[in-house]
Amino acid sequence: MANMNMLQQLIYYYQQNGAYVLSQFSRHFLISIYGVLFAAVIGIPIGIFIAHHSKLSATVIAIANVIQTVPSLAMLSIIMIGLGLGVNTVIVTVFLYALLPIIKNTYTGMLNVDPSVLDSGKGMGMTRWQVLRIVELPLSLSVIMAGLRNALVLEIGITAIGTFVGAGGLGDIIIRGTNATDGGAIILAGALPTALMAIISDLVLGWIEKKADPTQKKA
Amino acid sequence: MFLTMEHLNKTYPGGKVAVEDFNLEIEKGEFICFIGTSGSGKTTTMRMINRMLSQTSGTIKLNGEDIGKMDPVKLRRKIGYVIQNIGLMPHMTIRDNITLVPKLLKWPQEKMNQRAKEMIKLVELPEDYLDRYPSELSGGQQQRIGVVRALAANQDLVLMDEPFGALDPITREALQDLVKDLQERLGKTFVFVTHDMDEALKLSTRIVVMDGGKIMQVDTPDGILRHPANEFVENLIGKDRLIQARPSITTVGQVMLKNPISTTPGKSLTDALRLMHEKRVDSLLVTDEANILKGMIGIEDVDYNFNSATSVDDIMNRDIFYVQSNSLIRDTVERILKRGFKNIPVVDDEHRLVGIVTRATLVDIVYDALWGDEEEDEESDNIHHGTDKTPVSGASQTDAKGGDQG
Ligand SMILES: Nc1ncnc2c1ncn2[C@@H]1O[C@H](COP(=O)(O)OP(=O)(O)OP(=O)(O)O)[C@@H](O)[C@H]1O
Ligand SMILES: [Mg+2]
Repeated sequence: MANMNMLQQLIYYYQQNGAYVLSQFSRHFLISIYGVLFAAVIGIPIGIFIAHHSKLSATVIAIANVIQTVPSLAMLSIIMIGLGLGVNTVIVTVFLYALLPIIKNTYTGMLNVDPSVLDSGKGMGMTRWQVLRIVELPLSLSVIMAGLRNALVLEIGITAIGTFVGAGGLGDIIIRGTNATDGGAIILAGALPTALMAIISDLVLGWIEKKADPTQKKA
Repeated sequence: MFLTMEHLNKTYPGGKVAVEDFNLEIEKGEFICFIGTSGSGKTTTMRMINRMLSQTSGTIKLNGEDIGKMDPVKLRRKIGYVIQNIGLMPHMTIRDNITLVPKLLKWPQEKMNQRAKEMIKLVELPEDYLDRYPSELSGGQQQRIGVVRALAANQDLVLMDEPFGALDPITREALQDLVKDLQERLGKTFVFVTHDMDEALKLSTRIVVMDGGKIMQVDTPDGILRHPANEFVENLIGKDRLIQARPSITTVGQVMLKNPISTTPGKSLTDALRLMHEKRVDSLLVTDEANILKGMIGIEDVDYNFNSATSVDDIMNRDIFYVQSNSLIRDTVERILKRGFKNIPVVDDEHRLVGIVTRATLVDIVYDALWGDEEEDEESDNIHHGTDKTPVSGASQTDAKGGDQG
């Protein structure tokens, strides 16, 4: 291997370990997605709730901010104390980090809905639930999507350190590379798909976000 | 009574008293305008009607039923509402915006499509606009959609909060005509907030003048113009309108000359000429024995035809312009001036000749309208025996004047 250049080494690695890389790739992706999905399931309703009860908003966002400031490795360790080694610890970590962008964006999106539109919706006889479903959510969807996108990109990076608690994912490959002598190509073999995953997720969600933007609506 | 508001009070949290002891009874088919300075409580009062706000005390009854005991959502679906800022749904097509309430009421799709087409036609926009989004319409077009959206579910009661602000005068007038027509033709009841006195005068059956949360005056447009309750109302109406208001409430019958010179078709031209000479006029009105107006002859006609014709009947002009004695000067004076007639016969309901309006009469009317005000002080001394010197006595003066001549 030593007489090959970096690119050749990389291709060689993929040829030899293609199936392994692919399985780590999907594992990595799923961990991130699960974390973000759980965060969305919890975070979006919280965001909606604090948008309707503005007194709580400062407190809730402050808490989410504090979570965000804990370094990821420290967070991972703290949660590991509770949940032990394994994939669950990473998912919970990812979940916690995803909360802030999701809550914040949901809250902002809801607040940005033109009050006169809400007023006319209510004035025409929508129930509170209908105002939420027919007016508020569709109109804040693109901002909420932007939150999910931020969260997912962030999480793909964080999942990479999940390898320290034995969760697997592309981080495993990177660590292998750092442990091997002359492992530059192996590090690259793990880092490249991680970056690619982040970029593609960003592009795809960005596209969906644009689609969801009501101000872009044209016949 | 269709809508009754009794002793309504509204104090906002924080202590701001926005509405104080508001009492109003509205009959079905009325067009009520709330007018007043900014912050006088118009929007607040209106929003209590569809329970967008709850009153601090007092009751509102719709068809005799206390709205406080109704389901607010159902109530609102029955009442059309145009908010101060239109509030179209930016993420919905014009069609979906128009049929929002029908959709909440679960109308069948077919009926909603039908309705959307009817509504867009009503405001004279092309049908393919139904598939557009609000951002693709101009401000005025959006406002029109806002108006028909409040009518789409056939609401009997429609609340409109300054719906025609920020519209060019032509569109504004077209929309005013539209809502007025809906009220007159379909018997819908309107409660309409405006800042614009001309708009209120044009549309209302009754005007509610508000200031500082209290009703200053409730009256018909004519009533408000003739007898403003206090100085606030006077100022709101404005001096210009008070002056203009005078010819506007005077009828033709009050200003016409009462003894028009007339003849009958059977008379000879010699007789007619003699009559003209005697009365020193250049034309004669022609009536039959029952005094029904038949036509008119001028001195030119007599001159040209003196040798060929014998009776008035042969030469009289049958196709003549005339006005009704009970029509308002406001509506006729411009028509008369534009056409340039010298003398206009005035008839009653049965087409009997009762008077004549001459160019000299018109001069009086225009003079009065423009400058009558300045002579008021001297005149009002005579008319009101020196008791009433308020600037508004102009309105009653017109009455007195009509009385003098009549
Ligand atoms: N939510 C609120 N809280 C406290 N005070 C309010 C609130 N809404 C309105 N007010 C006050 O109540 C008064 C009446 O307000 P309202 O909106 O009814 O006035 P308006 O006659 O509609 O004025 P405009 O012509 O400017 O629309 C104003 O002094 C206003 O400042
Ligand atoms: Mg208002």
